[in-house]
Amino acid sequence: MTWKWPSFQRTGPLLGLLLIAVILTILEPKFLTVSNLFNLIRQVSINAIIAFGMTFVILTGGIDLSVGSILAFVGAIVAGLLAADVNLFVAIIIGLVLGALSGLLNGILVAKGRLAPFIVTLATMTIFRGLTLAYTEGRPITGLPAHFRLIGTGEIAGVPLPIVLTAFFFLLLYLVLNHTIFGRRVYAIGGNEEAARLSGINTDRIKMLVYMISGVSAAISAIILTARLNSAQPTAGLTFELDAIAAVVLGGTSLSGGYGTLGGTLVGALMIGVLNNGLNMLNVPSFYQQVVKGLVILIAVLLDRRKSNK
Amino acid sequence: MKRWVVAVLAVVLVLGLAACGGNQSQGRNNANDHTGASNSPASSEDNQSTVGQNEEKVLGFSISTLNNPFFVDLRDGAQKAADKLEYKLVVLDAQDDSAKQVGDVEDLIQQKVDLLIINPTDSAAIVTAIEAANQANIPVITVDRGADGGEVITHIASDNVAGGKMAAEYIKEKLNGKGKLVELEGIPGTSAARDRGAGFNEVIKADPELTVVAKQPADFDRAKGMSVMENILQAQSEIDAVFAHNDEMALGALEAIEAAGRKGIIVVGFDATPDAVQAVEEGRLAATVAQQPVLMGEMAVEYAATILKGEKVESYIPVELKLVTQ
Repeated sequence: MTWKWPSFQRTGPLLGLLLIAVILTILEPKFLTVSNLFNLIRQVSINAIIAFGMTFVILTGGIDLSVGSILAFVGAIVAGLLAADVNLFVAIIIGLVLGALSGLLNGILVAKGRLAPFIVTLATMTIFRGLTLAYTEGRPITGLPAHFRLIGTGEIAGVPLPIVLTAFFFLLLYLVLNHTIFGRRVYAIGGNEEAARLSGINTDRIKMLVYMISGVSAAISAIILTARLNSAQPTAGLTFELDAIAAVVLGGTSLSGGYGTLGGTLVGALMIGVLNNGLNMLNVPSFYQQVVKGLVILIAVLLDRRKSNK
Repeated sequence: MKRWVVAVLAVVLVLGLAACGGNQSQGRNNANDHTGASNSPASSEDNQSTVGQNEEKVLGFSISTLNNPFFVDLRDGAQKAADKLEYKLVVLDAQDDSAKQVGDVEDLIQQKVDLLIINPTDSAAIVTAIEAANQANIPVITVDRGADGGEVITHIASDNVAGGKMAAEYIKEKLNGKGKLVELEGIPGTSAARDRGAGFNEVIKADPELTVVAKQPADFDRAKGMSVMENILQAQSEIDAVFAHNDEMALGALEAIEAAGRKGIIVVGFDATPDAVQAVEEGRLAATVAQQPVLMGEMAVEYAATILKGEKVESYIPVELKLVTQ
């Protein structure tokens, strides 16, 4: 019986997503059109990418509240560089490195500082938001080159570029999580950190790496979002951490770590996107939409409790 | 497994409730919304089948926030005009999040609304969404805040130049056409600061008896309005009136004037915020120029109707302002 658990965990979120999609299609036939699905997944891509990184952190039993602020910070710096006519690729590389370093800072504080991830990333969330506001002087950065915008609006063989990037990143992280020693150690730490340490795993190193992955994920999202919005907004990414955590939890990953899949997170992110898009398509007023989203997250938390009780 | 089924059913229930709740509240706003019940599978066919009797136009309205009375008034005005014209108005609230707004507009495009009214959270960030609407051949109107790009048929916003003139005329009248004035400017480079200042100075410059003795930016900020005014009060022994490009600066200046014990200085602000209106009622602030968000919302829908009839409209439609005095 015990080894049947994974199949429920894997299929549960997917069934939920499909059912919601079917219901939305019945209520509003325009929901299930190729153009709306592309539209929907393009909107999901930003949250999905952040949530992929968040999955690694949560699998180790941690949490990263700073992703929204790192996103705003990286977006502002990349936009600032581009507005100053820095080469597109140079600016993007700097943005990714900045995301990695921001994540590394979280990782060092959590691993070496022996601090609670919630507190560390709450603090860095505030710090990066403040730095963003200081750098942008509270105003959006505009005047970005036209070719940069293609990252947000372009298409490859009819598929929007943000979707292609999300798919690539998913595959990369999927391989890392499921087919490397590092991936196995991420699960091991979440399952039982002490046991992992005693069995010779350098837990500090693994922890620093997962926060770096989270930082890089936020940076990739930052670049896509900045391109999509044709500007870097000082308030970009507010509450994105919550959407990402919600996606991870909806996807069946345990908040206490050790259990969960990247595929589940993708499904979780899609579920949130489907709700956002579907509720808009059904003309549900935004105030009610927030109630629905909140209730869905509550349900996910209830499921998480079930798992820790098992 | 059972729990999953329960959970999914709960989501379904919630969705259903929300869809019904949503339509109820729309029904409250829009008594003429016969086909508004998009929670029935047949609704989209309804829209098409009603073409013969009375083709119901659907307007999408993406609003920057509904967490601010100004924008709630804007929405109410638009809803009022839509009810009168028997149009269906789909309002999506971006919650001041540019990313959400782009998604909202894309969703409205997927719904194939007849026209989009957009009140951008940010002029640059909205461009992607407007270009998407252009590609889908959906006409776009912007309200209150403009867009930096994309094809927008018309922009409907307060006439800040006229507002600046209005403030100047009021001061001129109060001072019997003679006096020394101070101008507190908004954030340099913003259209509000530029236009309000231009209107004000146009009237003042035409009158040699009126002179602006000090003119400094205080960035639309109350604390800065106060400190800038404190400095001006030190430098200028004679001041008859102050015009601030917004109420926050006007109220800051008022604090400075009252603290310095200077009497007889007329202060005029802009925006008619609740604080400022109260200060006007108390007789501390002489006047404030009010935008008319309800009228702005109504005009947006009325011009939408004009555009849908295929008639031409001007690329900029100014909305009248009014002076709030005691």
